[in-house]
Amino acid sequence: MVTMAARGSRLKGLRYAAEGRGFLATLLISPAVLFIAALVGAPLALAVYLSFTDATAGSLTGKWIGLGNFRTELHDPVFRGALWHTFLLTAISQAIVVVCAGLLAHGLMRSFRGRWILRFLILLPWAAPIALTVTGWYWIYGAGIPEASVLNWFLIHLHLESATNVTNWLGTPRAAMGSIIAVQAWRTIPFATVIFLAGISSIPQEVDDAAAIDGATGLKKFWYVSLPLQLPIALVAVLFGVIFTATDMIVPYVLTNGGPFNSTQVLTTWAFQIGIVSGNVGQGAAIALFMLPLLALVTIGMLVFARKAEVT
Amino acid sequence: MHARRRRAFPYLIVVPFAIILAFPFVWMAITSLKSNADVYNSAKTWSFHPTLASYGYLFHNTGYLRWLKNSSFVGLLVVLITLAVALPAGYALARLAGRVGRGLGVGIFLTYLVPPTLLFLPLSRVVAQYLHLSDRLWALVVIYPSFTIPFAVWLLMGFFKAIPQELEDAALIDGCSRFGALVRVVFPISIPGILTVVIFTFSLVINEFVYAITFISSSTNRTLAVGVPTDLIRGDEYNWPGIMAAILVVSVPLALVYNAFLNRFIAGFTGGAFR
Repeated sequence: MVTMAARGSRLKGLRYAAEGRGFLATLLISPAVLFIAALVGAPLALAVYLSFTDATAGSLTGKWIGLGNFRTELHDPVFRGALWHTFLLTAISQAIVVVCAGLLAHGLMRSFRGRWILRFLILLPWAAPIALTVTGWYWIYGAGIPEASVLNWFLIHLHLESATNVTNWLGTPRAAMGSIIAVQAWRTIPFATVIFLAGISSIPQEVDDAAAIDGATGLKKFWYVSLPLQLPIALVAVLFGVIFTATDMIVPYVLTNGGPFNSTQVLTTWAFQIGIVSGNVGQGAAIALFMLPLLALVTIGMLVFARKAEVT
Repeated sequence: MHARRRRAFPYLIVVPFAIILAFPFVWMAITSLKSNADVYNSAKTWSFHPTLASYGYLFHNTGYLRWLKNSSFVGLLVVLITLAVALPAGYALARLAGRVGRGLGVGIFLTYLVPPTLLFLPLSRVVAQYLHLSDRLWALVVIYPSFTIPFAVWLLMGFFKAIPQELEDAALIDGCSRFGALVRVVFPISIPGILTVVIFTFSLVINEFVYAITFISSSTNRTLAVGVPTDLIRGDEYNWPGIMAAILVVSVPLALVYNAFLNRFIAGFTGGAFR
């Protein structure tokens, strides 16, 4: 009788502990945290370690060579080019994205006839797998045969270029860079547009009404009322775009693979080239690590803006 | 006059953008209907005899179906793992852990921003030497949750936050345990949210390229994202109609489903931070 009661209360105690908020929360969250620690945290630490070694393919360890890899890279014109191209590509494509997505979001704000299908068409570049669609772009750019590019067909028939001297979209440095920027902008615009739209629709109607009563209209209202309220969420979308673009490998890899003459080499393709194709794992890790400062900056920015968004 | 201009405004902006953004798909569709001989003939850029031959070629003469199967296999398993880990975590972060939970939620989400292009080198060694999974699809099944879990936890956190606490409290008063309330009350109403996570997780898996090209070396074990741009392009003979068909067959259905769940996705994505 006594033991039964004791067991009962112990069970109750156990059950109480299991129902306790702290315990249950820890239990529910820990698998996710462990998984992430093992598959993101540990490899990240390993990447940092590898970058200080001369590890090659086939071995996980190498001789510690301190900053040797970083020194080699900073003196390598190809790497410096890659760093510059990564910056250029990201900055230009995302500037295009902000302007286009801003316009589009305002166009799509109110409901109108045919909005559903138009939104679907605009969303396509983001919804379709980029690894596949970039292959489509490779063909649109002529796939190494400029005469086959449909873009050149348009330019010729608009009399913007002559049929005998067509643009080699992926074969000349400047055009190749432009081609990659266009695809990166193309695929990020839909994402930025829908996030901008969410930002606009999160502004309460009361704010609009109050602004109207105070006599704010048109551009003035946009600049002093709508824009500041949308800014935090829009900035988060932009920061996402920056990360997606700067750390993306598929678009430059499929379109040019860094060519012609390394003129479109970016950090990711160069890290792949050195780390996997050439098998210098340590060196490749050092190249990829140059993305970390950017990630840190964007992360801080994101935290600041997320907090701001919460306040407003 | 003014009203009419206001009504025309959306079309003036949206229609040109829609045409430009969707054009690549139009061109892919047109190319996919050509015969291989017509592809390089500039006189037949727009007028040609449409044929579905390329679709037949794709299914019978390439590894496409195999890659489709591989991608689905990996996608399905990754979705299951992701849900098993992210559902409890997302719920706990939304409800149970308060301020600490918020910080932790943002922390987990930020790991989503650590790109595969930063981790693929160390992971390639880990996969080869410790897991002994070189050139096996299981390597992808193990590694992919590293980016799907943070993403899914964040989305689910947003969805769970939208479910009023009172609903659960009522279940608790009615004699449900906290776990019972979770299973009987919270999960059933979150099914649309969970479906959204399933679709976006699957789409992330279909999209992944860097790990797939690093860990998988043989053609039969490739996924769609790698098989189409590498094997089909760098093969002996290009078949552009076939390649375009390969893109469309997957992209169009995926885009339709994606579009259907977009509003929920936005709600979850922004709801985690902005509610």
